[in-house]
Amino acid sequence: MTVRIPDHFSPLRRAALLGATSLVSMPVLSQFRVEISGVGMTQLPISVAAFRGEEALAQRISAIVQADLERSGQFRAIDAAGVVIDESTRPDASAWRQKGADSLVTGSVNRLADGRFDVRFRLWDVVRGKDLGRDGYLVVQGDLRLAAHFISDAVYEKLTGEKGVFSTRIAYVTKVAKSYNLWVADADGENPRSALASPEPIISPTWSPNGSQLAYVSFESRKPVVYAHDVATGKRRLIANFKGSNSAPAWAPNGRTLAVTLSRDGGSQLFTVDANGGDVRRLSQSSGIDTEPVYSPDGSSIFFVSDRGGAPQIYKMPAAGGDAQRVTFSGNYNISPSLSPDGRWLAYISRVNGAFKLHLMDLNSGTVTALTDTAADESPSFAPNSRLIVYATQQQGREALMTTTLDGKIKARLAGQGGDIREPDWGPFPK
Amino acid sequence: MRRLFLALGVSVLLSACTSAVKLDDSKVEDKTGTAVSKTGADGTGAAKTDVKPVDVGDSKKDGMAPNGPRIVYFDYDSYVIKPEFQAVIDANARHIKADKTRKVVIEGHTDERGGREYNLALGQRRSEAVRRALTLLGVPDGQLEAVSFGKEKPVAAGSDESAWSRNRRAEISYR
Repeated sequence: MTVRIPDHFSPLRRAALLGATSLVSMPVLSQFRVEISGVGMTQLPISVAAFRGEEALAQRISAIVQADLERSGQFRAIDAAGVVIDESTRPDASAWRQKGADSLVTGSVNRLADGRFDVRFRLWDVVRGKDLGRDGYLVVQGDLRLAAHFISDAVYEKLTGEKGVFSTRIAYVTKVAKSYNLWVADADGENPRSALASPEPIISPTWSPNGSQLAYVSFESRKPVVYAHDVATGKRRLIANFKGSNSAPAWAPNGRTLAVTLSRDGGSQLFTVDANGGDVRRLSQSSGIDTEPVYSPDGSSIFFVSDRGGAPQIYKMPAAGGDAQRVTFSGNYNISPSLSPDGRWLAYISRVNGAFKLHLMDLNSGTVTALTDTAADESPSFAPNSRLIVYATQQQGREALMTTTLDGKIKARLAGQGGDIREPDWGPFPK
Repeated sequence: MRRLFLALGVSVLLSACTSAVKLDDSKVEDKTGTAVSKTGADGTGAAKTDVKPVDVGDSKKDGMAPNGPRIVYFDYDSYVIKPEFQAVIDANARHIKADKTRKVVIEGHTDERGGREYNLALGQRRSEAVRRALTLLGVPDGQLEAVSFGKEKPVAAGSDESAWSRNRRAEISYR
């Protein structure tokens, strides 16, 4: 039987349909993988049944959904053992309850005559035997993973009350031999698409507030120069190419201004530039290094790194410039500030006994927690729901991207290609 | 396939003419790389999450450099030019002054420890120290540009002092 898709489309489904105009698909570039370490305290047990029809796909929808939910740290997966249940079948709730699940996701994938895929799911509360609702997405083959991430978002929001981030994107940089690539990937690190290939380094990619552009530092002219790059069209423009070094771009929340570090007046100092070019204004006046600016979510202040006190520490000043106040006090090397979109948290890298470790400060209380056991952490960036941090680190001598929950208990290694992988930046919710 | 080669050719040309280093502040202008199309044969458009790839091609070669050393090495966490490298500064200063058209970029570098952006700022201190030393010997500032690569371009692999000490450097690059 076929279930008719209701005429009333949810915003999510409409978003999926926007892209439903082509059959362009990307090959699966890497093995699907989630590695969880640590134990969370209050995880919701959930099973994701195999979707009817998904065995014909390169990647199983149910596996993507399950991995998404596990990586969030909010869920514990109960193995469905390959049992196939579609969204129009009522499951045996007591059997799933006996396995330890509180919730169950069921669904199906059908290829339509025009080549698109009809992906549907239903969420069950198996404790109360209650149908929690269903939804569906019509997508081209290249957006099948996106459909899976939409399902994860819907399940996450229904069961936690907060927005999921599974359909957002991350940017990162790889170095393979002497080639550098800037990638745009799904939030799980999969499905990478190259935005920029260069024989010279690329660092500090950062998403524009509306998620359409990346600003970054490219050394393609054999010096650091800041560009803004529209990822859908590949159109680039120079943001800062002054004499000396140009680096550390940060978008103001309104998307109209970027803060950058320039050495054009000597030293490394903070400036703002118009996102369309020009209107350069100096923000900081110190005899030391001022760099790594980042705007507070409300746009009122800029956090940055300065060694004006003799060692690199994180400071805060008004967004238009002015007196800076010190934010970090423990340790003598605190760099790479990242603010959570909800404004509550500051993630940064602190050197402890020669090891560089991701730390988290509660900005209300000033309490600081170390989140990792690794020794070469870099470049933290918050998920748009402020619940996860993506960061770069080294494992077994290789560069890796990890996500962690804010309590440090659930970490997942993101998939990536061969070679070194670094400089992650988590994009915003789709606008 | 021919279209791809054409696209790559244009890309190389573009990068060849835009990678020339200007010593004056250059004004911000549009610079668009060449997109390499990957649209399928059906040509019906793009998936929602499509990303258009850009390849910026190879960067250009060095100009006339003097015979002899062009690298100054630094101690850990230091940008002081040690006395044993004054001869490198002297020889390069003479060479640059001998031809007013010579343009020199001093590239500062750090070892691998610490953050990329903070190391970029530390490398800038090293390149600016060498630039100052050259101007003290009468080299016009207009012939010099101090930039940094931070920890992005190590010459020695490895995570020990012997590698780190070779990576903490400023290179005098003739362009």
